[in-house]
Amino acid sequence: MTKFLDLTLSGISIGAVYAAVALALVLIWRATRIVNFAQGAMLMITTFIASAVISSTGSYWLGFAVALAAGLVFGAAVERIVVRPVENAPPLNAVILTLGLYTLLVAVAGMIWGNTPRSFPAAFSLRGYEIGGTRLLFTPNDTFTVLVVVGVAVILALLFRLTSLGLQMRAAAFAPEVARMLGVRVGSMLTIGWALAAVVGALAGVLVAPSVFLGPNSFDPILISGFVAAILGGLDSPPGAVIGGLVLGIALSYVSGYAGSALAPLAALAILVLVLMARPGGLFASARERRV
Amino acid sequence: MARLQRPLRRSTILRSLAIVVAVGVLLALVSVGVSAYNDLQLATGAYYFAVLAGLTVLAGQGGQISLGQGAFMAVGAYTTALLIGNEGWALVPALVAAVVVTAVVGIPVGAAASRLRGPYLAGATLAFAVGLPALADKFPALLGGENGLTINPPVPPAALGATFPLERWEAWIAAAGALVVLFALYNLTGSGVGRTLRAVRDDEIAASLCGLNVGRLQALAFVVSAACAGLAGALLAVVLQLAQPGAFPLQLSLSLLTGVVLGGLGSLIGAAWGAALLTLLPNWTNDLAHSFSLSTKVSANLPLAIYGIVLIVAMIVWPSGLQGGLRVLAERLRAPRRPGTQGRTPSSAA
Repeated sequence: MTKFLDLTLSGISIGAVYAAVALALVLIWRATRIVNFAQGAMLMITTFIASAVISSTGSYWLGFAVALAAGLVFGAAVERIVVRPVENAPPLNAVILTLGLYTLLVAVAGMIWGNTPRSFPAAFSLRGYEIGGTRLLFTPNDTFTVLVVVGVAVILALLFRLTSLGLQMRAAAFAPEVARMLGVRVGSMLTIGWALAAVVGALAGVLVAPSVFLGPNSFDPILISGFVAAILGGLDSPPGAVIGGLVLGIALSYVSGYAGSALAPLAALAILVLVLMARPGGLFASARERRV
Repeated sequence: MARLQRPLRRSTILRSLAIVVAVGVLLALVSVGVSAYNDLQLATGAYYFAVLAGLTVLAGQGGQISLGQGAFMAVGAYTTALLIGNEGWALVPALVAAVVVTAVVGIPVGAAASRLRGPYLAGATLAFAVGLPALADKFPALLGGENGLTINPPVPPAALGATFPLERWEAWIAAAGALVVLFALYNLTGSGVGRTLRAVRDDEIAASLCGLNVGRLQALAFVVSAACAGLAGALLAVVLQLAQPGAFPLQLSLSLLTGVVLGGLGSLIGAAWGAALLTLLPNWTNDLAHSFSLSTKVSANLPLAIYGIVLIVAMIVWPSGLQGGLRVLAERLRAPRRPGTQGRTPSSAA
């Protein structure tokens, strides 16, 4: 019973990280119809920056804030400089471009910080809660992770639903031509979309770094799971990303716990195939007409 | 000359045979003239061509994306290694069996893929590429776990002489496989099937209104590309004498997609460019990186950085790949300064 509880809770914790990465991918997909394979490398860079700030100033929260700020600037810069030229190119070109960006960022990180993974501090204690004499694997830091991701999801939902900026971003993504005629600065909206996504990604990086360690390739598995989670939920749906992340995290936690971690990639494949065969656009896909 | 040209222009089969023979003779001459190391590179390029040619039919002509070709290569490689290593099969039947097995594996995957579009297809095939090699860990007794399976090197026939180098024989085997793929796909894309595939790519709804079975055609393209990848994997197993999960990481599948787009999507010549790039680029970037005196941290990562920059710059300045770029160049040379001809060739990704 304790094992089941442990697996469920650690599934929720890692699922929250998947959800954050999936959320970042969904934000970029909604803005520019591009799957950002460089997301894992971008959040790796911001986490390295956080690590440098923490080790030189000794303040975790300063590093945390700098990571988010760096993500904001970085995401906007990437969209403006690298992605803008291929936004109207065939979709495969954008895929290759983000793969190139991923490769470049991993190499740059290796040049600056070396390829040996290093440890990264956690915000709160990494000792599990104690309930009735048994110690759980779930830690105060996991609570923090889950709360932050849920908070970010709620803030994003409010931003998109209630603010003028959110409305403009949705308009720019949904009908760029019409939005432009109505005075929305579509280009800026796309940049803001990438910047927001990079902030959410940076957050995921800082949250998960204590458990995966920090190296140029540390976040590759997280990105793959985040991508699978985004596909599960439906790339157009932020709530889908969050639920997809949590479902995937919990399911993979059970599979690793009860059947061995070697089966986790196969289980991810099985879950994805089952869901996509029933709903080819993900769990939260809206019905879509086909234009002739 | 004119009497020779007419049947070549009329018949795709004759034309493809002529191309295959010409390329085959050229490759044989090259393989004799170069070092053992270059022969191995030739073999590598040949099996890359086999998988890229299949992928270019799938992605360029069929309009589908696959991040899972590496997994199909693994199926072909393991089939070959099991048949040659455990069952003692001869080379050619083992290669044929590898193609058949991979095509059979491709049928359910292709059927599933035909329901999916764009990023959803990318995600599903990516999960396939990550998930399938995990099977080797699950069945260590049969598939050898992390260490994989080893097979004995192929033996050059005695008729070629006692001193015939192994590397050259491997290059010949791989090149023969690549030529079979070239022949098959040249005829497939030139046939009615190729035309209907392109029709589906350009407009699915119009194609289905014309009575084409879109789902079945897309599944067919997937099976064809899987079979090509299976052959490529089988050739890889023969050349490296090894089938190992580590030989088929996700990066392989991603670099295959990269190669096919860099070379020029949709054309078999583009696939050849892509194969050449995938074979030679790592060496070039390595040599370049080590020609400067840099700290190990930098020089170890410089090849990767150059590769990343090449991908980014190529996609921005050469969106239709090497072959597309050359085509634009040729058109400009042929018709200089005609208004409206400049710019991109119509690109065929979807």
